[in-house]
Amino acid sequence: MAFLDRTARTLLLIELLQGMALTWRYMFKKKVTINYPFEKGPLSPRFRGEHALRRYMNGEERCIACKLCEAICPSQAITIEAMPRADGSRRTTRYDIDMTKCIYCGYCQEACPVDAIVEGQNFEFAAENREELMYDKEKLLENGDRWEAALATCIRLDAPYR
Amino acid sequence: MPKLTIDGIAIEVEPGSTVLQACEQLEIEIPRFCYHEKLSIAGNCRMCLVEVSPGPQKPQASCALPVADGMVVKTDSPMVRKARRGVMELLLINHPLDCPICDQGGECDLQDQAMAYGGNSSRYHEEKRAVADKYLGPLIKSHMTRCIHCTRCIRFMTEIAGVHELGAVFRGEHMEITTYVGKALESELSGNLVDLCPVGALTSRPYAFTARPWELRTTESVDILDALGSAIRIDSRGAQVMRILPRMNEDINEEWISDKTRHACDGLLIRRLDTPYVRHDGKLQPVTWREALTAVAKRLKTLKPEQIAAIAGDLADCESMIALKDLMGSLGVVNIDCRQDGAALDTAVPAAYRFNTTIAGVDLADVILLIGTDPRREAAVLNARLRKRWLTGHVEIATIGTPVDLTYPAQSLGDGPAVLIELIEERHPFSQKLKMAKRPMLILGQGALARSDGMAVLGLVRRLAETANMIQEGWNGFNILHTAAARVGGLMLGFVPGQGGHGVTAILDQASRGTISFLYLLNADEVNLSTLDRTFVVYQGHHGDAGAKRADVILPGAAYTEKNALYVNTEGRVQNTKLAVFPPGHAREDWKIVRALSERMGRPLPYDTHADVRARLVAVDAAFATVGVTPAPAAWGVFGEATSFTESLPLRTCHENFYRTDPISRASSKMAECAEVQAELESIKKSIKKGHHLGQEREDD
Repeated sequence: MAFLDRTARTLLLIELLQGMALTWRYMFKKKVTINYPFEKGPLSPRFRGEHALRRYMNGEERCIACKLCEAICPSQAITIEAMPRADGSRRTTRYDIDMTKCIYCGYCQEACPVDAIVEGQNFEFAAENREELMYDKEKLLENGDRWEAALATCIRLDAPYR
Repeated sequence: MPKLTIDGIAIEVEPGSTVLQACEQLEIEIPRFCYHEKLSIAGNCRMCLVEVSPGPQKPQASCALPVADGMVVKTDSPMVRKARRGVMELLLINHPLDCPICDQGGECDLQDQAMAYGGNSSRYHEEKRAVADKYLGPLIKSHMTRCIHCTRCIRFMTEIAGVHELGAVFRGEHMEITTYVGKALESELSGNLVDLCPVGALTSRPYAFTARPWELRTTESVDILDALGSAIRIDSRGAQVMRILPRMNEDINEEWISDKTRHACDGLLIRRLDTPYVRHDGKLQPVTWREALTAVAKRLKTLKPEQIAAIAGDLADCESMIALKDLMGSLGVVNIDCRQDGAALDTAVPAAYRFNTTIAGVDLADVILLIGTDPRREAAVLNARLRKRWLTGHVEIATIGTPVDLTYPAQSLGDGPAVLIELIEERHPFSQKLKMAKRPMLILGQGALARSDGMAVLGLVRRLAETANMIQEGWNGFNILHTAAARVGGLMLGFVPGQGGHGVTAILDQASRGTISFLYLLNADEVNLSTLDRTFVVYQGHHGDAGAKRADVILPGAAYTEKNALYVNTEGRVQNTKLAVFPPGHAREDWKIVRALSERMGRPLPYDTHADVRARLVAVDAAFATVGVTPAPAAWGVFGEATSFTESLPLRTCHENFYRTDPISRASSKMAECAEVQAELESIKKSIKKGHHLGQEREDD
């Protein structure tokens, strides 16, 4: 009996029709793929993307060179040097992140007491050579200026859970 | 001896000790802020509370509570824990939460103890106190809002440094630590305040914001900027020495170091010689090691031994000195000297050039005679020891020589060497006191010996030591206070003129006349090179100072933080400096340079490794085998000249300027700043003395 059954299913193209039916069903369902880069998926406010150094509203840089991010960084990607600024305040003279070393764990932003170093929503910072991924203070502050609105929103949204 | 029980453990302690000390003997940790072993007891931070019975039913400050027989102490009862949490909360009421920008962060007593003994939140919501920062000079940065009023700084300045310039005004919450008039602290030991401060109220200005304690690599070494050889800790990051801190050594520096030792380290980065140079057409040109050594070797080969001379300076290590001595010996050169200041130091017996009483021995002396020396500037830490001795009482301190400003009262007996003869012949009123003394000692400075009749002065002082009963069984009160870390080592190794050789003064004299045409300077910068127009000068050292400026060939060596080398302090104690960072550029360890030169000349020295050089040192003097221990007492003998002095000039002290004595401190910008502030203070003092103090001057205008 089993032989007849199997032969009949093959000759009558049952499996083929079942597969076609599934295809037809999905043709009328909502699509799950998106048209990247023209469309993008949603990101959590906690998404850990490219780093940025933020400023206060008055333009003063937030980072106070406490070096906690440097200390906590598990891949030792951060290098900081500091000195008293002309006005006597504690500021960095060098703030480098080696983005090729970084593992995007987010510990730096967790350690930061002034919300200066943050990992933002940007994940599109691929470069053609390694040098471009050695971020310095200038680049990080520029990132901060460019993304400030998004960064501030993320921090605000995440604040109730901290 | 009282017996007491602490946390159920019975212990017997010395009568008069405190409960805190008894707990320390049992290694029970008692938190504290104001208590410090070397300072008097204040008992004002209340952090060391313990429960004691019999007694009132409340916690008591263990630092100020003497032990009594039958006491039962609890250090970890609920009452004690609650009390400590309370004290911690009180201390933190006015303490700002600025640990991230505070330099003490990571090595802060308040931070650590708040974690261990404090609560987890504050109930204080009112406004915090804010205090204006005080100016305390170029080395100390204050942030007075952080102060918790432990008064360690005040007690240190008053008791150890002997400078009554720091105090407190107002009461309770309004209390402020201040210098009253806002001037720089006039002390050579002021840097120690930074170590003492348990919070970040006093921090180091040169080190400000540059590094965190967790980034630093620590190397335990010894200091060579004076002749005491204080124990230090070198904190480095990468290739840079970030700071220098004291290390405990009860025999030498207790736990203090001078400001020069601590803050001259920025000079290690500036003006460094990092590549060999040879002078071509009047200009120094960078060359390779091979070219530089060939230039020296070629010149040396054409000369007769009597045309060659070598001088070892203040910072030379023993390895390089023995290598240079052996090299010169193989050439038959006898014109070698390590006494670049021209001091008449006799090498006849070791007791003639050592601090025989030992630094710790100062604590036992009952008459102290300072001859031609200013310990405050020449050995600041020794001066703290002398002051400690004076504070204990029953001691007479007197000076012979130009007037000095010390931190304890000292009777001036006169300034010329004539006083020495009066004392020997017991014609001086002070002779009575010397006679009554049981353990008299004298300290003879380099200034008194660096004169043309230095040998006669040395002979007179030896006779004084003998007549004044300073040489007894088990007590030697004759002390030479050196100013250079290399000196005793050089004398032990016999880096002095050989048979028919010339000393420093004669070498320079002959060189200016052209009889000596080759001069090898090993770290020697404090000799007068201005007249040496015709001499070929080779300078081996680490800084572009006076020697390098005049040199025809420069061989770059390593500074004391960059080599494992032996130095002998003024007591004759052999100590080891450790490599903390590598020498910059092409600079090399000093003994290796001499060894390489010997090979280039075709007369290789018989040692290839550091261990071989050490073995050679031990062969010269067995004392080099025992590193870091107090030297055995040296046998007494006859030294100095028996003639009388020929110059009636006062016995002057050396070191015009405490902050700028050697190539390292001269390169340091911090030391320059200190010297400037010091000069300013001196000029103010002078004008006050003249009666033209500031107020009057203004009226005149």
